[in-house]
Amino acid sequence: MEKMGSMNRRNLFAMIGAAAGASVMYDAMTSMGFAAESKYAGPVKLQGDPKGASVLILGAGVAGMTAALELRNAGYKVQILEYNDRAGGRTWSLRGGDRYTELGGAAQTCEFDKDLYLNAGPWRIPYHHRALLDYCRRLGVVLEPFIQVNYNAYIHSSQHFGGKPKRFREVQADFHGHIAELLAKTTAQGRLEQAVSKEDTEILLTALKQWGALDNSYSYKESIGSSARRGYDKPPGGGLSSTPIPSKPIALGDLLQTGLWQTLSSGQEFDWQSSIFQPVGGMDMIAKGFEKHVGHLIRYNAKVTAIGQDSHGVTVNYVDARKGAAPEQVRADWCLCTIPLSVLNQIEMTVGTPMANAISAVPYASAVKTGLQFKRRFWEQDEAIYGGITFTDLPICQISYPSTSYGSSGKGVLLGSFTAAAGNFGFNATGAYEFTGMPPAERVKKAVEYGALIHPQYREEFENGISVAWHRVRSNLGCFGVWSDTARAEHYKNLCAIDGRILLAGEHASELPGWQEGGILSALDAITRLHQRIVAA
Amino acid sequence: MKTNEAITGRFGLALLGMLLAIGLAPVLASDVGASMNGPSTFPQQDGAALFQAICQGCHQANAQGAVGAAAYPALARNIKLASAAYPVYTVLQGRKGMPPLASYLSDAQIAAVVNYVRTHFGNEYADTVSPEMVKTARESH
Repeated sequence: MEKMGSMNRRNLFAMIGAAAGASVMYDAMTSMGFAAESKYAGPVKLQGDPKGASVLILGAGVAGMTAALELRNAGYKVQILEYNDRAGGRTWSLRGGDRYTELGGAAQTCEFDKDLYLNAGPWRIPYHHRALLDYCRRLGVVLEPFIQVNYNAYIHSSQHFGGKPKRFREVQADFHGHIAELLAKTTAQGRLEQAVSKEDTEILLTALKQWGALDNSYSYKESIGSSARRGYDKPPGGGLSSTPIPSKPIALGDLLQTGLWQTLSSGQEFDWQSSIFQPVGGMDMIAKGFEKHVGHLIRYNAKVTAIGQDSHGVTVNYVDARKGAAPEQVRADWCLCTIPLSVLNQIEMTVGTPMANAISAVPYASAVKTGLQFKRRFWEQDEAIYGGITFTDLPICQISYPSTSYGSSGKGVLLGSFTAAAGNFGFNATGAYEFTGMPPAERVKKAVEYGALIHPQYREEFENGISVAWHRVRSNLGCFGVWSDTARAEHYKNLCAIDGRILLAGEHASELPGWQEGGILSALDAITRLHQRIVAA
Repeated sequence: MKTNEAITGRFGLALLGMLLAIGLAPVLASDVGASMNGPSTFPQQDGAALFQAICQGCHQANAQGAVGAAAYPALARNIKLASAAYPVYTVLQGRKGMPPLASYLSDAQIAAVVNYVRTHFGNEYADTVSPEMVKTARESH
């Protein structure tokens, strides 16, 4: 039997979800505070007079711009300092003509055709991210469905089936079918009598037959019935050649040993269930939406070097991020800092030990995305794959097909690699770290080489690519904060508490790490507490 | 039905084991999602190859580090490497924003990469780290 890598949390969920169903997995996730719905009760209401108070916001990502928008509306004097020359932070899309220089100095120019893009950071918005969805509505950001689960995309093991990928529908139908058969036969033998009443046994058998596409003898096997789930060798047609030919299921042992079951639950998890969305035209439409309202408050290319406070206010030193000229200083009554902890832990800061320790307690995930442009949308034209994700055990981990412009005869951009890892979390850690260590051109080359093992068309159709390794992003030094249970128990409240005149926000100050929703909710929570303190004074 | 019975029994136990294990696993949610479980340990055994696979992503191929909004320290000519325990502990547990690597690397791999960095890039520390020393460090945290 092929030895799989050590079981991690995602795989646990995947297997529980695949084997026991979404409800058991959901219970398991909820018991860990993992799947709680976003707590958003509509637009924040900051009532009362801020008495002319000023707030300096550090970072113009979604957290910082949310805070700026709401504080300004409530009557505060607001300024924002931003390291990059653009707004949005990790809410970032790369398009043709964009030039991107990473840590270490390697520069890339994106050569995508007009209207094609790569979402380098977040790329999906779950239906229950109510705060972000509300801001999209308020900011006029138009959404479209993101295809998370595509039954016709692939699950691929480089080590099995001769390296030939299987369709998601085949793997799911066969896994459910075999499990249903096992359970039905066990049930029929009366071996579940303690767990299931006599009346329920009949219902369970009926349910298993339906759920698993079993035949009348509770078997899952090659038939028109099972092919109606997994697809046919020859699908039903018209005229004289219309008779369908059923396909042969994959054996249970092969499914278990190859690990193909591992990704079946991807669309069942609360965070990736349908409906799930993306902004039309790129995730940075959200950044641009905020920027329309607060862009005039932002000072770009400002590298913060020190954050001080005394009993009267805060003083922040910064230098020009491009030229590093003489430091400048901004004073304000309060400071809301959304700088990622991976950066903030190196900035001189006048805060107490509890907050300082919290800032240093969170490692940042390694994550790499590579966008590849092809001459034509062969995945649609040749393979009938419209949006969705192919999963593979290769170091690229995922290929995601664009959830937009279906059937376009022009060029197309795929997400050609997406890896992420940190600490005990992640899938294919070696992919995330090794890709980060490569020069960008090498990442693109590898993404093409690996992807061609799944889609041989890559070799003919590839044109150009761009790659973002988050540990090499100058403004971030990592993808998102990875809290361990022990670090969260010890430090999270100290990270979120107001320290004198300074408080923090961002995905790192939320229970939704790596999600824009976490950044927005943390900002709303922080400014609500700050406002209460100011109006009460 | 013998095969099926055997599989059912084994499967039930495995599932129970996983449900129990979940309570002990670290919490994380993010816009990353499920994927095929590729290799979760690095295949490289040699110090130079491990440096290239892991360290140079941040500390750069020449070990000079890099500066952006904040900095990755240079490992080249780094006096903090004088005490071998410091890099061993850092690789195992991480440091500030640097992720821990204990779960991806064996004791021998950590010894190899620490020994490599401590004898290259202008570092000339004569004492060698053994896998046993890494094992002791791993168990003491």
